[in-house]
Amino acid sequence: KESKTPGLPEYVKIVEVGPRDGLQNEKVIVPTDIKIELINRLSKTGLPAIEVTSFVSSKWVPQMADHKEVMRGIERYPGVQYPVLTPNLQGFHSAIASGATEVSVFGAASESFSKMNINCSIEESIDKFEEVVKAARNMNIPVRGYVSCALGCPYEGNITPTKVAEVSKRLYSMGCYEISLGDTIGVGTPGSMKRMLEAVMKEIPLNALAVHCHDTYGQALANILTAIQMGVAVVDSSVAGLGGCPYAKGATGNVATEDVIYMLNGLGISTGVNLYAVMETGNFICTALNKKTNSKVAQASFNIGPV
Amino acid sequence: QTIVPTQVKIGLINMLSETGLQVIEATSFVSPKWVPQMADHTEVMQGINKLPGVSYPVLTPNLKGFQAAVAAGAKEVSIFGAASELFTKKNINCSIEESLERFDEVMTAARAASIPVRGYVSCVLGCPYEGKISPAKVAEVSKKMYSMGCYEISLGDTIGIGTPGSMKEMLTAVMKEVPVGALAVHCHDTYGQALANILVALQMGVSVVDASVAGLGGCPYAQGASGNVATEDLVYMLNGLGIHTGVDLQKLMDTGTFICNALNRRTNSKVSQASCRL
Repeated sequence: KESKTPGLPEYVKIVEVGPRDGLQNEKVIVPTDIKIELINRLSKTGLPAIEVTSFVSSKWVPQMADHKEVMRGIERYPGVQYPVLTPNLQGFHSAIASGATEVSVFGAASESFSKMNINCSIEESIDKFEEVVKAARNMNIPVRGYVSCALGCPYEGNITPTKVAEVSKRLYSMGCYEISLGDTIGVGTPGSMKRMLEAVMKEIPLNALAVHCHDTYGQALANILTAIQMGVAVVDSSVAGLGGCPYAKGATGNVATEDVIYMLNGLGISTGVNLYAVMETGNFICTALNKKTNSKVAQASFNIGPV
Repeated sequence: QTIVPTQVKIGLINMLSETGLQVIEATSFVSPKWVPQMADHTEVMQGINKLPGVSYPVLTPNLKGFQAAVAAGAKEVSIFGAASELFTKKNINCSIEESLERFDEVMTAARAASIPVRGYVSCVLGCPYEGKISPAKVAEVSKKMYSMGCYEISLGDTIGIGTPGSMKEMLTAVMKEVPVGALAVHCHDTYGQALANILVALQMGVSVVDASVAGLGGCPYAQGASGNVATEDLVYMLNGLGIHTGVDLQKLMDTGTFICNALNRRTNSKVSQASCRL
């Protein structure tokens, strides 16, 4: 283990989004028991938070149709959070009935993206989420807020940092305990990451911020490093880099948890996560999905030896 | 793995010359017995269009190679050292000290011919045989090569094992011995760390970065793993940082497409993968 680089957080919390964001963007429909096995294995790696599923209509997201069974089927490890997505009040109630103890809502910093994705304006979407957040707060259920398109939008292109700060502030003021800023199409670079965070940090305390970087243009780790250098200490990632990009066919999406942990270990930053256990879990799910891992650390580690 | 026809190599270098890149490493004047891929070094050197303002350095592992390079028209050469004794032994069957003595001959001849020499140091962030490499050792070898007359030292993370943490530590040590203006980084992306490592190097003042179009070049120490960082992905990051490179990213991507088609392989550049499908 390396000694800590001065100026960086001592600990970074990794939020594992593979079972939800990852699988949602994989083409193959994964059987319920495989999903449950994946989550149980992830629970044993030391990951502090694992996004389990999404309580959304199966008409929209067939991959998440088994949300109730998955939520009820997983083993809940003490000290591990199991958030689920709840896009509306109906989903929220269903999630609670299935045993969820933390939920997430998704906003966007782009009007076009909001319209195309959920067929309403940012303002209208926030009104919907307000219902969820109110209900959640009444039950002492923590809510995480996501802001999509924080560094660029597939329809609008450039997104102003001010807009991201505005939407983030709305979600935070409403009662979200944490705001995860998502580079949805992975177009961001350390330059745009810095500018966006500077704007958001004026409105939201650092310890309530997380970054959710996509690796579509290979920039994820550099962007995450920039965020960490600015004090962000919560990072979303996906085991084996599960989840392609729905906006660029064949391109990659989520950054691989293994590669993030490798970097954090090298920086002397504590995560509590066993890298090897994550690699093994990545191996499990890739075998089940019959696909190659998107993690370079996994590719390099399972193939050591002269050609 | 495939041996690339001479014409394709020349086509590749000519296309790269049109992108705005200022330095393109053309070939290696090494015995074809050791590196069959570079057997056509003389034809390639003589066949390429040399654009004014662009350098075309070549590797010259010994005096014989140096002389052949100059005869073929080379105006800049490179020599390779390593920060690991075991790596040097396995690679060229001698110690670091002995390898530098051999290079001294090349340095003397290069000086006499007014030919600039670039020095590479391998294994700066780790060695496939020795494991950890001390920053002090990297600084020592870099200093020797710089004192010998290399105008620039390219610090290579040969197996891509480095992270921003080890990059910072290593550069801190080297910068005590070699001015930062004479330093370059050569990061491999085998563990996905290359751009993050390059970012740290830039933050510390390094302003020369090695990269390979389409991320050509796997890792000989980990089967199936990637090697060089893709020039396209690097330029994308530098553009986003507002750092000037003079390189046209689209032309670079087109060049990557050309060579990948010729090699019948997929690109290792994520920017290329993303851009072709939107």
